Amino acid sequence: MSTPLVEAVETVEAPDAPARRRRGWRSPSFLVGAALLLAVLALALVSLLWSPYGLDHTDPTARLAGPSPQHWAGTDRLGRDQFTQLMLGARTAMWIGLASVAVAFVIGVPLGLLAAAAGRLAENAVVGVIDIVIAFPTLLLAMLLVTVYGASTAVAISAIGIGVSAEVARLTRISASRVFTQDYVLAARTCGTGPLMILVRHVLPNIWHTLLVQAALAFGVAVIAEASLSYLGLGTPPPAPSWGRMLQEAQSTVSVAPWNVLLPGLAVAVTVVGVNLLGDGLREVLDPQLRQERQAGER
Amino acid sequence: MLSYLIRRVAWLIGSLFVAGSAVFFLLRVLPGDPAVTLLAVGSSPDQIDAIRHQLGTDRPVLAQYGHWLGDLATGNLGDSLFTQLPVLDQIAGRLPVTVPLALSAFVLSIIVAVPIGVFAAVRRRGLLGVAVSTLAQLGIALPIFWVGIMVVWLVAVQWRALPPGGFPRTGWQDPGAAIQSLVLPVATLTIAQGSVLVRYVRSATLDVLSQEYVRTARSLGYSLPRALWRHGPRNGAATVVQILGILLASSLLGTVVIESVFALPGLGSLLLASVKARDLPIVQGTVFLMTATVLVVGLVVDVVQRLVDPRLRGSA
Amino acid sequence: MTVLETTGLTITLDGQPLVRDVSLSLAARDRVGLIGESGSGKSLTALALLGLLPPGMRTSGRILIDGEDHLGAPDRRWRRVRGRTVSIVFQEPLTALDPLMPVGRQIAGPLRLHQGLNRSDAERRAIEWCDRVHLPDPARLVRALPHELSGGQRQRVALAMALACRPRVLIADEPTTALDVTVQAQILTLLDELIEETGVGLLFISHDLPVVAGLARHLLVMRTGRLVESGPVDDVLRRPRSGYARQLVASAAQVTRLARPSVHGEYR
Repeated sequence: MSTPLVEAVETVEAPDAPARRRRGWRSPSFLVGAALLLAVLALALVSLLWSPYGLDHTDPTARLAGPSPQHWAGTDRLGRDQFTQLMLGARTAMWIGLASVAVAFVIGVPLGLLAAAAGRLAENAVVGVIDIVIAFPTLLLAMLLVTVYGASTAVAISAIGIGVSAEVARLTRISASRVFTQDYVLAARTCGTGPLMILVRHVLPNIWHTLLVQAALAFGVAVIAEASLSYLGLGTPPPAPSWGRMLQEAQSTVSVAPWNVLLPGLAVAVTVVGVNLLGDGLREVLDPQLRQERQAGER
Repeated sequence: MLSYLIRRVAWLIGSLFVAGSAVFFLLRVLPGDPAVTLLAVGSSPDQIDAIRHQLGTDRPVLAQYGHWLGDLATGNLGDSLFTQLPVLDQIAGRLPVTVPLALSAFVLSIIVAVPIGVFAAVRRRGLLGVAVSTLAQLGIALPIFWVGIMVVWLVAVQWRALPPGGFPRTGWQDPGAAIQSLVLPVATLTIAQGSVLVRYVRSATLDVLSQEYVRTARSLGYSLPRALWRHGPRNGAATVVQILGILLASSLLGTVVIESVFALPGLGSLLLASVKARDLPIVQGTVFLMTATVLVVGLVVDVVQRLVDPRLRGSA
Repeated sequence: MTVLETTGLTITLDGQPLVRDVSLSLAARDRVGLIGESGSGKSLTALALLGLLPPGMRTSGRILIDGEDHLGAPDRRWRRVRGRTVSIVFQEPLTALDPLMPVGRQIAGPLRLHQGLNRSDAERRAIEWCDRVHLPDPARLVRALPHELSGGQRQRVALAMALACRPRVLIADEPTTALDVTVQAQILTLLDELIEETGVGLLFISHDLPVVAGLARHLLVMRTGRLVESGPVDDVLRRPRSGYARQLVASAAQVTRLARPSVHGEYR
């Protein structure tokens, strides 16, 4: 990217910056992503008040039935309504996704900031720990924890949260150290501003949008991880429904009721594509600098 | 370079030590007595004591820790709680399934995804380029086991072209049957890994394309593909090596889920069965070995990266 | 004979004009300076002359190269003139060169591309070119990587690369801006020498009036995408007609006055 180009773009764009920001919210990735995610969220929220059938309701007369007015998404081999399961599964996915991301950020962000703010030695130590946790995949961590504590929602959340926290810490450290080496931070330091004040005044305002985008992406990772764990029988135990377990149960009947496989898989995909698009959109909306760089950098 | 290598190996040994310790402390020191959780409710105190003795949890924690580290250093991972067979032997018995599965998916996804990723970058504004990127994005968002089930449904159930799962009892004695039963798992893993790789290669290529030296090459009369060919391989190599490292590690881990989808008797299903049976020694041994593999791959990646990028060689 | 000529060149992005109605012409041995503040559109003009504008930017007008209009021409036709008829040297030689390719091979590349030389012939010519741009120990230096050279040496390599296939017009886009003042002077001397030797026509782009005035015979002044003044260097310097050119000349004169004692005294 050449400096003149950036300047050229700036001179054109600068006068109507607010207009551009408004246009940013209309970014197609952002809108489509938000719509997909809201649909899944709505499914989860509505299930708190209403679902076509109760969680335990089985219909012995309609086992492995195809989609019908009574059962919009068909039934499984026990005669349970698949749409009900799907709605309640959305709740599980949203809840575990959010909680894991929260765990990941509570661990990862302070760790990353500490590494960026502290001296070289502390930074190396934290980087080392991050490297090892990254090498230690979420799935294996979950398996260790399940072996000792048995499968539970808490174990799934902790395993996914810790697994994702490494990436959060890595990103926080990198973006925060970039801010720490800026001239204006150096200037603030020479004026005697304490590290905490620098953190609040300079670092956080400059990295929060990066972290927000990361949170969206981490949410997608967590949803897939949750589905994988429950597929393997290591996630939220029955009777709480989960998309992963729906798939595991549907696999054995795939030859007679293939539609039971389709919907839960699509639900996971819609959620993950939704948050990924939302993340891309957020990046464009929140980081005008990146937007300009991208425009100028494309040739 | 030599001093770097020595430092890097020392770092690896340190990481292995930390990973080994983490496995140990996660399993032993967190609240809860493994021996109690292992047994069904209502087991007699004698049974609990017997398990404790076998696990070594009747000894002080530090002694157990020292013992575990010593065992790791000498390559002894203990015996299974249930079969009493050495953990290492059990793991070795599963490798003929897992290693071919992981490696062929790894190689295949490189062959398929690298050209597609480069294409998607060069044609990123074209219809086909956008379509490829979108498909890759979808491939990443879909759970791998869902892809597996769909593949089984289509190829094994609808077309009856290949077995839906399992592996010949005789193993590789009948190579034809063994290969047949690996085709679908490898294909599934390749779809998943390939999607990730397409995204990585695309963004690495875009990165090279946005460099000023590519503009220089074009200003001298090179076409975009020729400029990419002239500058891409040497400048993208370091990134590609890193991506391949990640890919190799995730192919290995992907086998855990894939083996479950296709009922393959590999390392992943050994691990899963042991987790469900709470066979502690096998779980900790397998997890440690997998983590160690990931760490070793990381070392190889770092060293190769330094070899291909002379700018890194100079810096400490 | 005119090699490169534009008439009414206009560049727009999203309907916003960035460069408006620029007309200029260059023949062999011409020395034209294009001066303007950053963001005035001079670099975009340079890129447009080679058909290398970023996608999304639209051009209108005419770009005649050897009498043929190249505006909107397919890349295939542009490739025939790039490096062979018109070449460019960019501002920052560190990023304009491939960091991982020995500089000799980078100079040899266009020779092999356009003149079909084999590898060893091209490398020999690369060594000759290193000599012509006064790089020390050319036979050894061609094997060096860009980061092993100094900034001035890198810009000499970039010049050798741009001139290797004997183009008739060289566009130099702020070629000395990223360099130390002393090195800057050396590169300007080299440019002067190469123009005399090869007869290449020069379009020298800069924001620095004294630098341009030292090398160019004709001066174009650009502001907010328009040419506001055009004429022989001496005329523009003595009798600037536009308000902007008057400002430029006045501030350059002031800087020169301020700097004079140190130029003759111990400067640096």
